[in-house]
Amino acid sequence: MQLINQNKHELKPVNITGNEEISPNVFVVSWKRDENFNPGQVVKITADLHEPPRIYSICSGDKEENISVLFNVKPGGALTPRLSQMKSGEVIYVSAPYGSFTCDETPAHWIATGTGIAPFYSMIRSGRFSNKKLVHGVSYVNQFYFEDFLKKELGDKYIGCCSRETEGNHFAGRITDYLLAQNDLPKGDKYYLCGQALMVVEVRDLLIQKGVPFGQIYAEIFF
Amino acid sequence: METTRQPLFGKTLNELIQLTVDLGLPKFTAGQLADWLYKKQIGSIEEMSNLSKKVRELLSEKFELGTSQPSKVQVSEDGTKKYLFVTGNHRFIETAMIPDDDRTTVCVSSQVGCKMGCLFCMTAKQGFQGQLTAGEIVNQVHSIEETADVSNIVYMGMGEPFDNLDEVLKSIEILTAEWGYGMSPRRITVSSIGIIPAMARFLTECQAHLAISLHTPFDEQRKSLMPVQLAYPIAEVVDEIRKWDFSGQRRVSFEYILFKGLNDTPVHVKELARLLNGIKCRINLIRFHPVPGTPLVSPDEETILHFKNQLNDKGIFTSVRASRGQDIYAACGLLSTKEENKDKGKSKKDKG
Repeated sequence: MQLINQNKHELKPVNITGNEEISPNVFVVSWKRDENFNPGQVVKITADLHEPPRIYSICSGDKEENISVLFNVKPGGALTPRLSQMKSGEVIYVSAPYGSFTCDETPAHWIATGTGIAPFYSMIRSGRFSNKKLVHGVSYVNQFYFEDFLKKELGDKYIGCCSRETEGNHFAGRITDYLLAQNDLPKGDKYYLCGQALMVVEVRDLLIQKGVPFGQIYAEIFF
Repeated sequence: METTRQPLFGKTLNELIQLTVDLGLPKFTAGQLADWLYKKQIGSIEEMSNLSKKVRELLSEKFELGTSQPSKVQVSEDGTKKYLFVTGNHRFIETAMIPDDDRTTVCVSSQVGCKMGCLFCMTAKQGFQGQLTAGEIVNQVHSIEETADVSNIVYMGMGEPFDNLDEVLKSIEILTAEWGYGMSPRRITVSSIGIIPAMARFLTECQAHLAISLHTPFDEQRKSLMPVQLAYPIAEVVDEIRKWDFSGQRRVSFEYILFKGLNDTPVHVKELARLLNGIKCRINLIRFHPVPGTPLVSPDEETILHFKNQLNDKGIFTSVRASRGQDIYAACGLLSTKEENKDKGKSKKDKG
């Protein structure tokens, strides 16, 4: 298997091996892995070669049989309503994994909102989570995707923040509220952010305001 | 029941021809429509006086003109103007008009907000609120006071043009076609952070100039300034550019905002020269205009001049872009409609 594909932006057909709705309108779609990737990398996906592909973070582990991505259905979107209806055996078009939103052993905070949890879930499933703390922000408790697994693996290094419901043992408020309340954010840690554009810039500004050097903040953006 | 009428403004000639076919009108009506839309200044379909009353009524049933006047204009002490427009989905965008001795440049927006999250950019701080249509892009040229004097158009306003490439290409088609504004594509520059597949398509389908936001040649440093570096590293962007011919009239330039003590050192000069070796290009140095909450500052004028001279000595034609409209927040990196869009809902990712 090759780690680096020369034509990484080209799309190739693959057969879906699974498509599971893990929360209302949120799915994990999978296909057979035929190349290596670094946890944190992304792939482009389309169900129709006439439509521009969308970029999704891989959420599966690097040794697993399948590559999986997590997506939520955007009403009226070109891809996700159709993708959510697709069954095992049907064909989608994917690129080779690419990108460098990847982590080493350096102590780090992982900060995600919604389906932005995907790259960090991939890293954890790949066993690469020593020295890491994960903060996941959602609007509703049913958006704490993979929560049981994350709690089991990370213990108290997993923090869930829920802004619109107070059920469960979560921080009640937005992820920025949680970070604002922290007086001991380690300034030597790296900070990896994944989520909506506005969350990324707000959290980055907040971290900088709290004394984290901007050179230690990495953000994954989707477009 | 209220029906939504489609805008005519922003349609290409082919789309206008299709429209006439659908309405059972003669095909030459499409040319007449293009003429009214892009070569004249009218305020309603009713003013299209060489179309029969019946045709105008037919059009008005399904379409609206689709142009919109700016809702606010600010004028800088240096003559630069900043226009505020309301888009079709009730969001706000800004457009800058920069007059110079012999040219009038319009800096247009291509998106409401931006997804790219660059550390030094004011637009990034409002997140992303939506794509502009080709009509909404062209309207920024068509509906300003200086429209008849516009000599140059730069896609350097709010948003990342290559994240809205279909509409950007369509807008350039309207601006450059004989049936449209008839501008030379050499008077148009599209600036991007370097989304490689879209950039390759742009270079294939369009003859306008390309500008790439570079800002540092070093991978780790660029990652912290521009998150796109994680997906499309500048070295790969430059490798792609190297495949294209810029020895003719089409130009490629690289934008480089100088940050004090960060990317203004001799090491950066050396690495820039290595990175761009063999590419016929120019570098535009840009003074950093302070953005609230950003830990970056501009170097002094002496450092800027020295950096420029060092690059010129390396054989890369380098100039320093004049800062214009800073007092009205119209200068590079300062456009923002965060306040205006605040009550219009939260940032949304593009529909997938």
